[in-house]
Amino acid sequence: MVSRQQSKYVVRKEYNEPIEAPDLSAKSWLRWIWKQLTSMKIALFLLLLLAIAAVPGSIYPQRSADPNGVALYFKNNPDFAKVLDSLQLFDVYASSWFSAIYLLLFISLIGCLLPRIGVHYKALREKPPAPPTNLARLPQYKKVTGEKVKLEAAFEYLTKNKYKVIAESKGKALVELRAEKGYLRETGNLIFHISLVGVLISVALGGALSFNGQRVLVEGETFVNNRAAYDSYQPGLLFSEASLQPFSMRLDQFSITYDYLNPANYAKPLDFRANVSTTVSDQQSPALIRVNEPIALPNAKVYLTGNGFAPEIIVRDPDGTISFSGPVVFLPQDANMTSLGVIKVPDAKKQFGMMAFFYPTVGKLSTGALTSTHPNPFDPVMTLNVYVGDLGIDKGINNNVYELDTHLLKQIAGGKSGTKALKLQPGDVVELPQNLGTVEFKSVKRFASLDITYNPLDIWVLISVIITFFGLILMLLIPRRRIWVRKLADGAEVGALAKSRDESLERIVKEISQAMKKSK
Amino acid sequence: MNPALINQELATTSRILVLIALTVYVISFLVLTVSLANRAKATKKEQTASALRVENIGLILAGLATLIHGAGVLTRGIAANRVPWANMYEFSISGAFVVSAIYLIALFFKDIRFIATFVIGFVVLVIGSANTLFYVQVESLMPALQDYWLVIHVSVAILGTAFFTIAAALAALLLIKSGKSKSKVLKVFPDVEKLEKLSYQFNVIGFILWTFTLIAGAIWADKAWHRFWGWDTKEVWTFIIWTIYAAYLHATTTRGWEGKKAAWLTLIGFSAVIFNFTIVNLFFKGLHVYSGL
Repeated sequence: MVSRQQSKYVVRKEYNEPIEAPDLSAKSWLRWIWKQLTSMKIALFLLLLLAIAAVPGSIYPQRSADPNGVALYFKNNPDFAKVLDSLQLFDVYASSWFSAIYLLLFISLIGCLLPRIGVHYKALREKPPAPPTNLARLPQYKKVTGEKVKLEAAFEYLTKNKYKVIAESKGKALVELRAEKGYLRETGNLIFHISLVGVLISVALGGALSFNGQRVLVEGETFVNNRAAYDSYQPGLLFSEASLQPFSMRLDQFSITYDYLNPANYAKPLDFRANVSTTVSDQQSPALIRVNEPIALPNAKVYLTGNGFAPEIIVRDPDGTISFSGPVVFLPQDANMTSLGVIKVPDAKKQFGMMAFFYPTVGKLSTGALTSTHPNPFDPVMTLNVYVGDLGIDKGINNNVYELDTHLLKQIAGGKSGTKALKLQPGDVVELPQNLGTVEFKSVKRFASLDITYNPLDIWVLISVIITFFGLILMLLIPRRRIWVRKLADGAEVGALAKSRDESLERIVKEISQAMKKSK
Repeated sequence: MNPALINQELATTSRILVLIALTVYVISFLVLTVSLANRAKATKKEQTASALRVENIGLILAGLATLIHGAGVLTRGIAANRVPWANMYEFSISGAFVVSAIYLIALFFKDIRFIATFVIGFVVLVIGSANTLFYVQVESLMPALQDYWLVIHVSVAILGTAFFTIAAALAALLLIKSGKSKSKVLKVFPDVEKLEKLSYQFNVIGFILWTFTLIAGAIWADKAWHRFWGWDTKEVWTFIIWTIYAAYLHATTTRGWEGKKAAWLTLIGFSAVIFNFTIVNLFFKGLHVYSGL
């Protein structure tokens, strides 16, 4: 017995068949929603919606790609930024609405895909279907007349061209041929879409298991891989610190090649090289990290992402006690590497801080201000503005090493303080004002900014993507066609049907007809 | 890496060759336009035949321009000691060359002479704007670009763009043809179905090449930028373009979108390609800062 609901349920063979109005029980509602979601109409709509939804992420700065841009946006348009932020427009690609679109799209895809796998599996094993009664109604049709016309010639043509052929014969003569070719088109289509799901899963899962950390390393310093050694650290949701393998890496030397040969390109950097010594399970070996050439260490790939100067500075109290010593990372400000650094000396007798400018090759502007004329340290000079007062370090605030909050400080050298900024060259030792002691500019070192990443599934992303691409080629370039040939009293007829746009169908039908005409 | 000497004199020669090519393209464009107008006016067979002869002259001129253009692109590469597509100017002249070359090669396989005016017109527009808006001196590659993926990723992007361009020209023609205009020129062009088929075929090849560009870009980004995908503005737009053309393929193959609707989708996709190359390159902040401007 057929229930009422079942009789209402219409299985649509084609996606563009009209959808029947549902009755109102919950079950049929769900079924209706599922039918809608897996319809090509909705899939197409979601696909176009996804394209539109991706646009705002290229207009507004994104936290993932450009966090400073977001901070700047908040500073310049605080009110509007709040509105944008509430709509997740600074995190478009992680937003609930963007995720909703692509998740619905993938559900729709899977819903579409599952039944097709079964259908295709059957089609691969089954014989080509019986011809329609009226072959003349097919998109391509040709009738050949002549008593000598034989289907054997068509059979030969079809098998030679690798069609799957079923022949029916009456006595010795063939009377009907059913042929099909191009199953790889649907195979490719299924492979493409399944591996697209594979891409999504491996990207999502890989992202959750991954981590990404940054570390600035000055020449001579050693990085020992553990959570605390990173300057910043972005673990995925499922990342476990146990994945961090023990290894260490020392930056031996950082060097830059500049172009001095070509006037059009003068002093532009051509090569950045970070020579490191890595130690993995007590095995020490040298390695070279360049842009485009990361190195692989256990559960980590190390990339070179930036560089700059780290002048080595020593501060002494009046009695000679060292209150600060070490290289200070300066942030580059322009193409000629004018760099800005902050030195905080909380351990001095009287707490003070310094804002430092570093000019690798010092020059003078017409205003008298100093500038750098070359990115290489040919004539390095450092100037220091000195501030006394509470650095705020003890309270646990203001601990950004690249910033000096001068609000609560009093400037005692440089600017409008009345005392000139201190000016040092490598090797110089200069007295600090107000009997704070001395400061020494010991040497110029370079630093490298390194990015250390780990994604255990990136190889699976790559594999899925490559399979996707091959599936795409099969599905777009291989035609699927069915051909039927029938013996008539006065000759034969050929009809053909393509499952896609098929330019060659006409030619093939013609060739089969001609082959039969010529048969002896 | 030791700096390679840039040959500025050869770069100047290259620029002159490109400008000569531009001039020949312009003449070819005018000849093709005249031929088109004559064919539209033709009422007798002889008139059509003479218009077709004029068209052949136009196409021969286009071929000549393409050869000179190719020499210009080649010398730019030799002058710079690298592939000639490292900034917007170079990408434009190389891209225009590929559009023109692919079109002329396609003529041997498909009779698409009727869009010659559009394709050559587009090439003139690209070279013209490259020369006036995007021109930069030859410079060495910045370290981020010194990689073999520059050869693979960008050349395939150029090729894909060329196919999309021709498909878009055909789609535009389809829209004009199926519009209300009763201009006589329209009878010169093939029927809407033929235009749609051709446009579809170019889009399919374009889509395969674009997919490859996207994948190659991700593999390179994993080497150069420590992640294979990071929603950089250029990545976003490459994704948007890919999605639009994917929608086009679904619409035409399974939803039975035909004629005008499919043509509009092609033009939307192509607008995104042009937007990606111009507005995104020049005004959007991102990691693909290679316009050289």
